[in-house]
Amino acid sequence: MNIESQDFYTQAILSMSALVGLTSFLMLGQGRLLRLIFVFALQGLLLTLTTGLCAYSLDNPHLYISAVLTFSLKVIFIPWMLQKQVLEMNMHRDVEALKNNTSVMLGGASLMVFSYYVLQPIIHTSSMIMLNALAVSLSVVLLGLLLMISHRQAVAHVVGFMSIENGLFFAAIVSTNGMPMVVELGVAFDVLVAAVLFGIFFLHIRTSIDSLDVDLMNKLHEVDK
Amino acid sequence: MNWLMAIIQTALFVALAPLLMGFLKFCKCLLQNRSAPSFLQPYRDLLKLTRKQPVISEDASWLFCVAPYIIFSAMILAASVVPFIAIDLPTSAEADVIVLVGFFAFARFFLALAGLDIGTAFGGMGSSREMTISSLAEPAMLMAVFTLTMTASTTNLSGAIEHVIQEGLILRPSFVFALFALILVAIAETGRIPVDNPTTHLELTMIHEAMILEYSGRHLALIEWASALKLMLYGVLISNIFFPWGIAESFTLSALGYGFLAISSKLIVLCIFLAFAETAVAKMRLFRVQEYLGFAYLLGVLGMLSHIILESTR
Repeated sequence: MNIESQDFYTQAILSMSALVGLTSFLMLGQGRLLRLIFVFALQGLLLTLTTGLCAYSLDNPHLYISAVLTFSLKVIFIPWMLQKQVLEMNMHRDVEALKNNTSVMLGGASLMVFSYYVLQPIIHTSSMIMLNALAVSLSVVLLGLLLMISHRQAVAHVVGFMSIENGLFFAAIVSTNGMPMVVELGVAFDVLVAAVLFGIFFLHIRTSIDSLDVDLMNKLHEVDK
Repeated sequence: MNWLMAIIQTALFVALAPLLMGFLKFCKCLLQNRSAPSFLQPYRDLLKLTRKQPVISEDASWLFCVAPYIIFSAMILAASVVPFIAIDLPTSAEADVIVLVGFFAFARFFLALAGLDIGTAFGGMGSSREMTISSLAEPAMLMAVFTLTMTASTTNLSGAIEHVIQEGLILRPSFVFALFALILVAIAETGRIPVDNPTTHLELTMIHEAMILEYSGRHLALIEWASALKLMLYGVLISNIFFPWGIAESFTLSALGYGFLAISSKLIVLCIFLAFAETAVAKMRLFRVQEYLGFAYLLGVLGMLSHIILESTR
């Protein structure tokens, strides 16, 4: 199971998975919302490329449709919508002061190790590419959760949530060679609906507590403690 | 023959370092809408400085006068270790990549001592900042380099580069991480813009300049030359480790010429990239440097991890 003995396709998929993992780390350490959304779009682009690569090498035409869907939703539509909301609510100049950035990063690294450790048992039953793709996508999911914990802005939470979905999508594409078309369409529209719903939630949170900083939610007690 | 080649190559390396600096300045000036000085300006500056009489403070000890020579010779030794045009060098068999990092640390140690020696506030401030940054940058650099050396299972730079060439084009996830880590470390260590501004003399922000503020004349020339060498060393290291194609594997004239062309075009591309980065990015606050270098270390660790987990034989 040496990398030298793998074909070019496997190497390319492995590099893609490494880059997807890297974008997750970049998101984790990003305090500016617009840049966070940009990195999210970059992750979507990497997913699109991976899907296209799978479609090409497995000769699986319906994956091209999936790639086009991913591109239009995760690279263009959702980042565009989030960006518009950030600009409308005038939050693009705020830099979120991340607490314990370094320890969060190192925590992220240990999550990555952890996800490899968890997937160690399936090593014997699966191919190398499957194991790595699963491990990286599991760590993308965990890093998305960590992103949601460590950031305070609601927009960052949405990006974290979407990147969790990215991780699952990556695992599905690489390990099953593409899900049935119906499932993919369903997931794509779920994501779309979720994005629209989040937009409405933003409005509601903003009108009720006058900010999107979820730490302020703790102050919603009837009586001040 | 091999030793002769090593000496010629090192001499070329040392001679071309200011040219790289000049080219970098040229690119930056073009990008920032300023009229650019000629490529040869660093050579003229060095010549001017060597002609001038050095002014040495009364409080300076012998260390202050000796330090520039030590720093410059450490950099020359470092330059002799890194394969520049050809790979099969006897010098890199003598000293491996850990010694290279040691040379950098050695030069930095004396530079910091020289900054402290004169007793000015700026010198001490610069030294303490430099040591802080380097203590964070060195582990990250070692991590990035270890990724390479574990892949090639040798710490000898020539051997490692030869290994990469012989394998041909293999997309390695670990190299992607190591490349990014090494670029971040190189920017921090050579004092380029997000970490330190090489052209500033503003007291609150300078790091490298603060240490060498008291130097003048030929001492300053040697130190400037040494920092140009350091920039080139990192450039050559990055381009030859990660994109080694074109480097001469034998000592025939055509192979050497081809190798020289290859390394110069790689350095030119790297310079243009660096100039773009320096124009687009603003200098960060000193207290954010640890986050930046923490990120570099993280990338190094990820590279190592993905080497062990993704790539090695099980």
